[in-house]
Amino acid sequence: MDPIYQALVDIAGEEYVSNQPEELYIYSFDLGTAEPCRPHYVVSPRTTKHIQEIVRLANKESIPVVPLGGGLSLAGLAVPLKGGILLDLKRMDTIIEVNEKARYAVLECGVSQGQLTSYLEKHHPHLTHSEPGAPPAATIAGNVAIHGQGDLAQPYGFNSDLVNGLEVVLPTGELCCFGSIAIGAGWFTNHPLPDIGLFLGWSGTTGIITKVSIRLFPAKRIRGIGTFVLEHEDLVPEVIFKLTHTQMAEDIVAYSSAIPPFASELQQITVNISADSEKELEFKQEIIWDDTLGEYISRGDGGYVGFSRTLERPQFSKTSDYKKGGGFEYVGSIMPIDRYPECYRKGREISERHGIPYTVTGRCVGAGHCMMFAWTYAFNRADPESIKQAREALHETDDLVLELGGVIWKPGTYGQKLLLDRLDPGARELMRKIKKLLDPNGIMNPGNWEVA
Amino acid sequence: MPFADFKYADLIHRCFRCGYCKFPVHWEDVNNCPPYARFRMESYSCGGRLWLTRAWLNDQIDWTEHLAEILYSCTTCKNCVVKCPLRFNVDIVNMIVAARGEMVEAGKVPPAVKRFLENIELYGNPYGESKDKRGQWVDGTGVERYHGQEYLYYVGCTGSYDARAQQAARTLATVMIRAGVSFGILGTEENCDGNEVHKLGESGLFEMLAENNIKQFKGIGIQKIVTFSPHAYNVIKNSYNQYGGSFEVFHYTQILQGLIEERKINNLMSFNAKVAFHDPCFLGRWNEEYEAPRAILRAVKEVELIEMDKNRDGALCCGGGGGNFQIDLLGGSENSPARRRVREAHEAGANILAVACPKCLVMLNDAVKSEELGDKLAVMDISEIVARGCGI
Repeated sequence: MDPIYQALVDIAGEEYVSNQPEELYIYSFDLGTAEPCRPHYVVSPRTTKHIQEIVRLANKESIPVVPLGGGLSLAGLAVPLKGGILLDLKRMDTIIEVNEKARYAVLECGVSQGQLTSYLEKHHPHLTHSEPGAPPAATIAGNVAIHGQGDLAQPYGFNSDLVNGLEVVLPTGELCCFGSIAIGAGWFTNHPLPDIGLFLGWSGTTGIITKVSIRLFPAKRIRGIGTFVLEHEDLVPEVIFKLTHTQMAEDIVAYSSAIPPFASELQQITVNISADSEKELEFKQEIIWDDTLGEYISRGDGGYVGFSRTLERPQFSKTSDYKKGGGFEYVGSIMPIDRYPECYRKGREISERHGIPYTVTGRCVGAGHCMMFAWTYAFNRADPESIKQAREALHETDDLVLELGGVIWKPGTYGQKLLLDRLDPGARELMRKIKKLLDPNGIMNPGNWEVA
Repeated sequence: MPFADFKYADLIHRCFRCGYCKFPVHWEDVNNCPPYARFRMESYSCGGRLWLTRAWLNDQIDWTEHLAEILYSCTTCKNCVVKCPLRFNVDIVNMIVAARGEMVEAGKVPPAVKRFLENIELYGNPYGESKDKRGQWVDGTGVERYHGQEYLYYVGCTGSYDARAQQAARTLATVMIRAGVSFGILGTEENCDGNEVHKLGESGLFEMLAENNIKQFKGIGIQKIVTFSPHAYNVIKNSYNQYGGSFEVFHYTQILQGLIEERKINNLMSFNAKVAFHDPCFLGRWNEEYEAPRAILRAVKEVELIEMDKNRDGALCCGGGGGNFQIDLLGGSENSPARRRVREAHEAGANILAVACPKCLVMLNDAVKSEELGDKLAVMDISEIVARGCGI
C-alpha cells in the first residue's frame, strides 16, 4: 500500500481520496487550452483540519499541493504542473453566517456562486453579492483569490476589494485569520489592522483560503438590464465615462462578437439598473437613456435596444459551442477604459488571423477607474490544430495586453512569465522572499508565480 | 471499436464541464446530479463521465471496474439535460447509455450489472425470482387477468416482487376497482418492460423484451395501458413505437386525476397532513408530467401540499434510476441521494412524502429508516393517500 495514499485516507476518509486513473485523468485538465498534468492523488477534504494535516504531510513528503475551487479560471491555474496532491475544495461548502445588518457573508471555501445567490434570494432577499459572469459552479473563494469581478464591479470594484477577512492554511500547516476576525471581533471588516495581502492573486502559491467573509449589497426589488448599441468602438470610452457619472448603474459591460453575424462589428453596452419602485426605475431610466445617451441617438451614432426586467445569469459557457468543440479560453486584462477601441480592433485582428470568431468584452470596474477587458477564443477540443491556434492567439493576446499598457488578469504560466519579466525588481525580490518564508519547501502549486 | 464508430463521436467532446448540470433549477447546491452528490469527485459529475467516456473510447485510459462503476452510477435522471445550456444537451444521457452499450458489447460491466441483466434474461425480472411469483401480489384483491378489459394494468417488476411496492400496487388496484375502472393484469405472464435494460446499455436484450411484450400485448388485443411505474410508462410510451408497438399509455396518476375530475372518485375524506410530492424522474423530467400527481393531492381534503425547494424539473432523483435500484452504486452513505431527499422533505416541513413510483417508494422508505426519521416522516404512494381518503 502506498504510504502517502494511506495517510491521506486516514485524514480525509477512503471515499474522498483517490489515486485511480479515472480521477487522476479528470483532475489533470483545465477547461481551457493548458496542457494536462496528472496529479498523484486527488483529495476532497471536508474540514480545515483535514487541509492542515494534508499540508503537513505534503511538507514531510516533499510533494506538491494544488488547491482547486470551481476549476473555472480557464487559465490552467489549478493544473498540477508538478503532480502531487490535488485538493478539490468543493466539499467545504457551508454558508457559515450571513449578517443582514452589517451586510456580509462568511463562507467556507467551496461555496459556489450559485449556492450563495440562491441562499440570499431565499433567506435574505434584500441582499445580493457581486456575481461574476462565470458559471454558477465557480466558487466565491476561488473568485476573490484571482481578483475576480462581478456584476457590482462598477459601483464597488473587484471582488477581492470586497473581502472582510480570510482564514488561511499556510503552506506549513498553521492556521491564520485576517481582518477583524483576527482579534475575535467578527468578520465585518478587513481594516484597519496591518495589511497582510499575501493570499489574493497568488494562485494558491502562498496558502489555502479556507474561509472568506465577503461584503453583500442591497438587492433592490426590481433589477433589470438595458442595452445600448453603438456603431463605432471609438465612442465606447466616453459613453462609459458618462454612464459612470450618473452613478445609477450597477453593472456596465461593453461587448462585441462575430456571432450572431447581424450584430458583428457593433458595440453593445449593457447597463444593469435596479430600483425599489417604478418611480425610481423610471427616474433612473430617464437619466441614463434620455439625458445621458440621448445625444448619441439624436446624432444617429447609437440606439437604445430595450430594457428587460430580469437579470438573466450570463451563460458564457455557450461560447464553448461556437466551434461545436466544447472549448474556449480567454485572456483577461485590467486595462484603462480609453484603450477599449484598440483592444477591440487588435483583438479582432488576432481572432481573424487564427480563424476564430471574435468575442471581446469589457466590464467597467469602479467609477471608470479601469475595465476588465477579455478576448475570448473558442476552440474544438477534438481538434489539436484548433487548440494550437487558440493557444497561439492567447499568447499573442497576453503580449498585446502589455503592449496596450494593461495588466494580464489571472495569467497562466505564459502570462506570469511576461509579468515577472517586467516586474519592478524590488517587488520581484519581495515576492521571492515572501514565497521562501511562507513555503520553504516549495510545495504550494509549484510552477506558478515562480520567481527565480 | 474505433472511436469514430461511436454513435456520438462527433458530439461527446462538446461538453465544456462548466458544471451547470450539477445544480437544481434554483442553484441551491451542486448536489442535483445523484452520483456527484454521493461521491463529490469531478469524475462522478456529468461532465466527468462524458470526458472519461471519450478518453476510454479514444484509448487515453484503460477500462477498469472503477470506470464502469462511474458510468453505471448515472441514474439517467436527466437533471443534466434540463440544466445544460448547450445545444447538445438532449443527447447527454443518450451518450452515457451508448457508452454503457459499448461496455456491454465488450463484456465489461460491473458484476451487479451483469447479474441484473442475467436475471432479466433468465427470469424476466432483475430479482432472479421465479415467474410464478410474479402475480402473487394480486392475491385477495379480486383483480382479474386481462381478457379484453379497457386497460391493461401493467405493474412491472418492482411492484410485482418488492414487498413494500406490492402493497402500493394492490392499493392502486383496489382504488381502480372502487372507481369502476375496467382493467386486467397479465399476472405470471407479465414480463419486464425493459426500461432499465435499455438504460444499462443492453440494447439486444431490450429489443427482445420490447418485441415480445408488443407481440403479447397485441396478441390479446391490448390498446390502452395504465402503468404503476413511471419507468414502464416511459419505455412503453416512448420506445415501443420503434418496434411497432403503439399503445395509449397512461401513468396511473393520469388515470386517477381523470377519475377525480369525473367524480368517479369523490368525497375524498380528510387526510390531515403536510404532504410534499417527490417528482419521479421518468414521470417528470422524462415525460414532463408534473401536474397530475399534484392535482390528485390537492383534491384530498385537508392535505396541505407543500413543495420542497427542489421540485418538478429541479427535483433530486431518489438514486434508483438507470438500474441503480438494484445495482446500488450510490447507496451506503448519508450522501446517498435517497437519504438527501428525505432530509430535504423533512426540512421542508412535510410529514408525508408522497411518491408515484415504486422504486422511489422503496428507496425513500429505506432512507427514512436510515435517517431515523420514521416518527416524523412517512413515505406513501399517491394511490395509498387516495385509498385512505376513500376510506379503503
